[in-house]
Amino acid sequence: MSTINKWLKENTFHHSKFQNINDLIKEKEKQELSISLCIPTLNEEKTIGKEIVIFKSELITKYPLLDEITVIDSGSTDNTRDVAGSFGADVYLAKEILPEVGAKKGKGENLWKAIYQLKGDIIVYIDADIKNIHPRFVYGLIGPLLYRKTIQYVKAFYERPLTTSHGVRPSGGGRVTEILVRPLFSLFFPELSALIQPLSGEYAVRRSLLEKIPFPIGYGVETSHLIDVYNMLGMEAIAQTDLDQRVHRNQQTRDLGRMAFGILQTVLSRMNSLGIISELPALNHTLRQFQTDDNIFETVEHNILEEERPPMIEIPAYRKKMGYN
Amino acid sequence: MQAGSSMKKNVWNLDEIIEKLPGYIEKLKEVSEVLLSNLIMAGEIPAPTFRESKRVEFILDRFTEAELQNSSTDEVGNAVAILPGTEGKENILIVAHTDTLYSEKVDHTLTIQPNFVIGPGVGDNSLGLAVIMTLPFILEHLGITLDSNLILLAASRSLGRGDLEGLRFFLSNTDIPIIAGVSIEGVQLGRLSYSSIGMIRGEISCTVPEEYDWSRFGSVGSIVTINEVINQILEIPIPKRPKTTIVFNSIESGTGKFSRIPKSAFLRFEIRSESDDMVHEIYQRIEDITADISYRSGDEVSLTIYSKRRPGGIEFSHPLTRNVRSIMRSLRIKPRISPSTSELSAFIDQKIPAITLGITKGDRLDDDRESIEIEPIFTGLAQLVALLLAIDGGQCVDNK
Repeated sequence: MSTINKWLKENTFHHSKFQNINDLIKEKEKQELSISLCIPTLNEEKTIGKEIVIFKSELITKYPLLDEITVIDSGSTDNTRDVAGSFGADVYLAKEILPEVGAKKGKGENLWKAIYQLKGDIIVYIDADIKNIHPRFVYGLIGPLLYRKTIQYVKAFYERPLTTSHGVRPSGGGRVTEILVRPLFSLFFPELSALIQPLSGEYAVRRSLLEKIPFPIGYGVETSHLIDVYNMLGMEAIAQTDLDQRVHRNQQTRDLGRMAFGILQTVLSRMNSLGIISELPALNHTLRQFQTDDNIFETVEHNILEEERPPMIEIPAYRKKMGYN
Repeated sequence: MQAGSSMKKNVWNLDEIIEKLPGYIEKLKEVSEVLLSNLIMAGEIPAPTFRESKRVEFILDRFTEAELQNSSTDEVGNAVAILPGTEGKENILIVAHTDTLYSEKVDHTLTIQPNFVIGPGVGDNSLGLAVIMTLPFILEHLGITLDSNLILLAASRSLGRGDLEGLRFFLSNTDIPIIAGVSIEGVQLGRLSYSSIGMIRGEISCTVPEEYDWSRFGSVGSIVTINEVINQILEIPIPKRPKTTIVFNSIESGTGKFSRIPKSAFLRFEIRSESDDMVHEIYQRIEDITADISYRSGDEVSLTIYSKRRPGGIEFSHPLTRNVRSIMRSLRIKPRISPSTSELSAFIDQKIPAITLGITKGDRLDDDRESIEIEPIFTGLAQLVALLLAIDGGQCVDNK
């Protein structure tokens, strides 16, 4: 437990620590780093424009902390791509990046293909559905990477776990985190349970690490990242930053059920490949939920297969682009 | 540029300024995201009148970030800063009010689309504030350095009971001589107000006493009493000249339930007239009506004044308005000339020539789906920049 508390103390930050953006830019220039922002989208026309306007104004035009803002879209049927393009983001359809490896459906696919498409030494991923967007969502995640070289992967969380005037208050993640992921981590990867919101969609990662980890293309991408980084580099490589409040759409419990189903598949597969559990039977990929119509119960089946992309460094086109032998 | 006609460096004549405007509009599009970012970040901070401090704090941060001088706040919660001019002998005041009509409980999220920004208070007056915050950046981007100091004032406590307290406080307490004032409203582009009409805003409240005889027959309750007040106000003769109106702004009473007799009612009204005497004459009549009805009905009927404006302002032919009209004409903006009941009256009280300008087109004002158009903003900004150059170049001084 003392290890977890030590990590919480040393690797947990608050965004206000990094609000002097000029200092961040000096560090970035000193280390000769480039930084890319990736926003994965699927039908986000209502919020995407605001994210791009604010990040472009505050983190490129006024303070050149970012080198590019890129939207990787899963094939939105609304105006997401047009809106993003009109405010000056580079916009790509995920299926048009690395066409030779084919197209798969899922947010993780966009994040993985961003590694090929984007130029930065650091890539910041920010979800597109944040209503109260603010530059802190980006600089708060970049800060720890610029100031401590051992940190490779910085995850966001959204409230203060620290003491208040009324004493210590409980803190934690959303429903899937508290009911599924934290209990799983506590059972099998206790140190990872120190991450307050392991499923948050906002994180910043060094390319040198990102290109070496596999990407589940669906719900399991965030969980598998943490397990993989932890196994490769230990907790010292991971940090988390408090970004205060995040306002976003609330998901229905049924949607969270599908998310939990995908995450559970990923975690079980990881545990199997790491030898933590053995002889994992073939997993069934159909989740059954129920609905009633005039007092008659009906089954609704969801086929959720957590496919996985290999580490980007294994893709020949990427190796060629990066000049790797 | 004319040389040697005064000590000023920027002695532009209006034709020279107007020639530059098409180029300015194109350049202004390049600062679009900075303006929109300020608009969103300020506009999403709730700022109902008297509770504007968080929004003011944000504005002050922006002033400091722009390295303006004397960035500070005061006892009434204004945010003020100075963009120093090269000469610094004269001072132009640009003001936008910080407060909105919306409480903290309203979702202040703004949505941005390629052509619109939508959300509560976006035009009134988050855009005006964004212009104030972005102006130093805009002038730098256009390569403009004014001779005069530009005082940027985000004025608090403007609306309703605030009664322009922020701007009045600043003008009463500053020792900086101001040659002209420009009040910025987000909407509507083409707005040109150079005079203020006389006005009194007030509320009539009617309360049924606790010892009321609920068993009596006939129509009962505060709605009946306030209705009688309205009927009698409508009988006040309104002259055609001077132009005068009485506006009933809102009425509130009842619980929405059949079983309850309403115990209180509130009527908000506004008396407007070109003549200060007429405003006060009508107010006197309303005061008499409330006293009479209070006596006859046994209800407590009282009258409270929220705010007063004296009529006044500059002439239509004043160089300040004349130049604005020329600038608007050159930009194909159709002027909407109307008297104002807003910030102008505080300038008028201090005898400072001033006008109010709008920046873009807007729709559904006073609604949480309020929207503004993005494209006309650049024309609105060009208009403002041109006016600043004209004032700075001494083109707006009335030598009469």
